[in-house]
Amino acid sequence: MRTLAFVAVLACILTAPVARAEEDEAARAKRWHELAHLIFNGPQPVNLPGWITIDAPTRALDAALVPVTLTVADNRQVKSLYLVVDENPSPVAAHILFGPAADPHTITMRIRVDQYTDLHAVVETQDGRLISTARFIKAAGGCSAPGSEAPELALKSAGKMKLRFSNQPGAAHAELLIKHPNFNGMQMDQATRFYTPARYIKSIDVAYNGQRVFHLDADISMASDPAIGFGFKSDGTGTLAVQAEDTAHATWHQDFPIQPHGT
Amino acid sequence: MLSRRRTLAVGLCLCCLPSRLRADAPIVFQEVAPGIHIRRGVDQNASPANHDAIANIGFIVGGDAVLVTDPGGSLADGQALRAAIRAATAKPIRYVLLSHIHPDHIFGAGAFLVDQPNFIGHRGLRDSLAARGAFYQSHLNEILGPGRAGPIVQPTVPVNDTLELDLGHRRVTLRAHAPAHTSTDVSLFDHTTGTLLPADLLFVRRIPSLDGSLNGWIAQLPALAALRPARAVPGHGPVTVDFPQAAADLNRYLTVLRDETRAAIQAGRDIQTATATIGRSQRGNWLLFDDTNTRNAIEAYKELEWE
Repeated sequence: MRTLAFVAVLACILTAPVARAEEDEAARAKRWHELAHLIFNGPQPVNLPGWITIDAPTRALDAALVPVTLTVADNRQVKSLYLVVDENPSPVAAHILFGPAADPHTITMRIRVDQYTDLHAVVETQDGRLISTARFIKAAGGCSAPGSEAPELALKSAGKMKLRFSNQPGAAHAELLIKHPNFNGMQMDQATRFYTPARYIKSIDVAYNGQRVFHLDADISMASDPAIGFGFKSDGTGTLAVQAEDTAHATWHQDFPIQPHGT
Repeated sequence: MLSRRRTLAVGLCLCCLPSRLRADAPIVFQEVAPGIHIRRGVDQNASPANHDAIANIGFIVGGDAVLVTDPGGSLADGQALRAAIRAATAKPIRYVLLSHIHPDHIFGAGAFLVDQPNFIGHRGLRDSLAARGAFYQSHLNEILGPGRAGPIVQPTVPVNDTLELDLGHRRVTLRAHAPAHTSTDVSLFDHTTGTLLPADLLFVRRIPSLDGSLNGWIAQLPALAALRPARAVPGHGPVTVDFPQAAADLNRYLTVLRDETRAAIQAGRDIQTATATIGRSQRGNWLLFDDTNTRNAIEAYKELEWE
């Protein structure tokens, strides 16, 4: 909102080029308005400052791996989180539903970005409100960018997992890594002239000592080898259990014993 | 031949070509060792003005055949190289080595289709080009202008491990390397002059770009040094250098990248925070540092977080 107003003021001072920027800004706002109606059936998200912040590079150097950090001000009120990449072919990158063992203060993800776009993060509160924030980032080509390995090779190691515990004071935080090429159906095999069929991680479940930390529904905007950073209410012992499933119904499960002092 | 080339050049709009790429203003080749001719690539990113002529490319003349390595960064770059070869020798162009997947080295290959040479590449190049070729081509066309990138030319002869070629009283050995700079690196050693052409396994002055394996690249340098080359022709930088010195400079950058990335991962720093600082101490040593270094740090982080 603030950016919109800022551009509008500038447009009065300068003329042509900024007027175009304003149009772009207006087009982006319109895009979000339409998207939000498709994503959220009932009440629409309200843009309110102070609830959630999106941290991401303003200009990403690798559009196929754009790190995004979502930080929530009051983690007690958060039921779920959406991350939307407005201009991507399938914009909802992730929906994260938190459970009783979650500490939803900070979530990190790595996404693909197809063109210059707004990112929207939407908090669903425990009492059913939707609160959004936006951030514009410059990155392009991340969806069609080919992976570094040939498709068959990349699928061989799919499902391999790693969990990194970070020793931040005051909160148990971990980053989950899952090997998976996350083919989004947009990479062409030049030899066959066919697109490599979409096959990507569609859900991730993490539980701590039997209690849900989060359930994540993912889509093709997630980078290859998905990496999810999350907080959880740890008493320093026990196990984090991870279950992941891809669109070909392959499932992987792994238990990670808690390591209180980092990796 | 020359008139046909002129026609082609006109087709590409002669007025837009920088003068040194015009058919009547041949590009400058240096004979770095007897029979080995190299054109120095400019230390820039690809642009319409430089036609992606940014890599060191050239040719080796044997007793009865010519080997091209690399064919250049665009169709125009390849055509200029071919014109220079035809001006230097009438021997047939029998081999075109595609040293690795990157567009600045191989998109000139289309200029040599007419010679029906053996296009030689790493055993993995075919798959790699299948996956990435169209993406690189469209990206390069966006930069240079429609159609100017050139066609995607697949290798016809793979280098599985090593491949010996005889250019006529001149033996060269091609080696397919494990993932290093890319996953498709091939180096060439000319036995006659003791010259090593490691292509982009060796960067000088221009910031190295990592697109294969950091640990793998560091491991390849001693293997290349063991060949005890009299000189080396880096993929970027001066046309000829002393290998041990140049490899030491490259090794310093790569080991700093590795050590700082490992330390950041150990310290639990996330990829965004970590890659903003990794390798920055090396900034003064390399051209075109900023963007490439950050991309390298991202690549390094992705690789080393699985160690």
